[in-house]
Amino acid sequence: MYRYDKYDQAMVDTRVEEFRDQARRRIEGKLTDDQFKPLRLKNGLYLQLHAYMLRVAIPYGTLDSRQMRMLAEIARKYDRGYGHFTTRQNIQYNWIKLEEAADILADLASVEMHAIQTSGESIRNVSADQYAGAAADEIMDPRPWGEMMRQMTNFMPEFSYLPRKFKIAVIASDTDRAALRWHDGAVKIVKNAAGEIGFEVYAGGGMGRTPVISYKIRDFLPTDQLFSYFQAILRVWNRHARRDNIHKQRMKILVLELGEEEFRRQVEEEFEHFLTLAEDFPQAEYDRIAAYFAPPPFETGLSEEIDRSDPDFALWVDRQTVAHKAPGYAIVNISLKPVGGIPGDISAEQMDLVADLAERYSFDELRATHAQNLVLPHVRKADLYTVWQALDEAGLGAANLDLATDIIACPGLDYCSLANARSIPVAEKLSERLAPREAELGELKIKISGCINACGHHHAGHIGILGVDKKGSENYQLLLGGSGAEDASQAKITGPGFDEAGVIDAIEKATDVYLRERADGERFLDTYRRIGMEPFKEAIYA
Amino acid sequence: MRILTGNDLKTGLVIWWTGRDWSIHVEDAVDVGDQADTILAVEDAACRVNGGYALDAEREPGGGVRPAHIKDRVRAYGPTVRPDLTLKPADPEAGNWVI
Repeated sequence: MYRYDKYDQAMVDTRVEEFRDQARRRIEGKLTDDQFKPLRLKNGLYLQLHAYMLRVAIPYGTLDSRQMRMLAEIARKYDRGYGHFTTRQNIQYNWIKLEEAADILADLASVEMHAIQTSGESIRNVSADQYAGAAADEIMDPRPWGEMMRQMTNFMPEFSYLPRKFKIAVIASDTDRAALRWHDGAVKIVKNAAGEIGFEVYAGGGMGRTPVISYKIRDFLPTDQLFSYFQAILRVWNRHARRDNIHKQRMKILVLELGEEEFRRQVEEEFEHFLTLAEDFPQAEYDRIAAYFAPPPFETGLSEEIDRSDPDFALWVDRQTVAHKAPGYAIVNISLKPVGGIPGDISAEQMDLVADLAERYSFDELRATHAQNLVLPHVRKADLYTVWQALDEAGLGAANLDLATDIIACPGLDYCSLANARSIPVAEKLSERLAPREAELGELKIKISGCINACGHHHAGHIGILGVDKKGSENYQLLLGGSGAEDASQAKITGPGFDEAGVIDAIEKATDVYLRERADGERFLDTYRRIGMEPFKEAIYA
Repeated sequence: MRILTGNDLKTGLVIWWTGRDWSIHVEDAVDVGDQADTILAVEDAACRVNGGYALDAEREPGGGVRPAHIKDRVRAYGPTVRPDLTLKPADPEAGNWVI
């Protein structure tokens, strides 16, 4: 994985000391809250319901055991013994003290991590396929491009005061595991007819108040023009965005207002200008960064056999492991969704264990997923049983990847100052209700948000739940038919909302309809798309 | 009644105005009537509170104070999904107060 050079380290260290001074001045009353707020947000520090919250960037979801151990240490030393993996491959801590925040950033910097641009009107942490560098179906490892995007967008003056946040994703396979089409800007690495590597470029997606699935703005962009093209996209948005209306500042709104063709025309025009400046990365710079992502020294001649005599282990293997590009290896998904548990939460002790397993069994590599789980990307099949035993003993052995209990949920009103309703209790109760039948239900992606900002990706859920405030009480809208995968679609609201118990009952009824109506091989989403909303509404509102 | 809340500037903890100082216990909150802006201006200038605001609440029969909105009750109690991290971890019924 990428290692900081002296310039990276100096920039991050300088930023820590800059923030230390800013926090000191705020505590001493030399900065007002209005003056300090944008400064702390640029360093990932929010003020939430119970305390300050720090969101730490995990670039393209990749980290190593040293970094994971530091995340555990921060949880123990500065927080309350746990962290929360988010829906954008980051981790956040809920009980941070302002007077200690700079010390935390310094500890993070010591392991080449930071919280820069995890908030505010900036280009956020670049996300990627969590199986990058391991997936059997990828054209190439997309992470070097993720790192180049990170380098070109962190601290870029022109993009430091954007109209709103801007989220980027990068993948390199036809299977979309990164919710590509729901990002403001995204690239999919492809090969053209001549066998050349390039990018399909997507623009104008996003969730929130106005959910939009992005459109393909470019069929094929040569890799050596990536910087210029994204600069062009950002400059067109930066120039024309509706800065007068907070609800219309995201780039998706500009694309909707201009129309796809006109937005593309303006981007291409700007792009031609940027090409004349010759500011793109030279090949040598790509080669330098790509060298950090060289494949680990996989052993050869390994057996593909797995002893499946333990039925619980066999179930876990079937559910949690994925085909690896190297023979004899598997990608291991670690569920952070125990039945009835809090999605994405992990204790410091569990973090330490996962770090140990990564170091011993996965070439020191770990990944965070946007679905709030973790990944050991390179595990020998011969080691799977040992890894499973350790995970299971630590409460991390759930076998539910992409099943009904693998629920995405934002922190909701239990933690978030923006939320209108609690998300986590709904996730917990729904998980308990559906667990007995989740194997029968098969792939079913349930996503819960506690407000319209949609951090829980409810628009992209096969089943989505949106918490709203109804005259001071929590109310939940139910949505069906969304997808964050390569078949991206936007979920639709079923009708009137429910209280907490009601929405859980309604979802159970929806799954009854699916089990009754499904054709061979159909997932819940497939059946919904075939038969439409009406049969579900009839059952839910009967 | 109208009460005042905010977050402690240094620690971020939720605090409630007691008439003379700030407390982490909502039951210590007092009715500030129409003095909210005046008090908050002084406390903000003294760097004792961050993001302060006034809210409606009601005095409970047992002497407690119950904020009118669920968001403020969550702030007063703690995360309902982690009773061990709330101010009343030993009371299994305390979470019902929030809802």
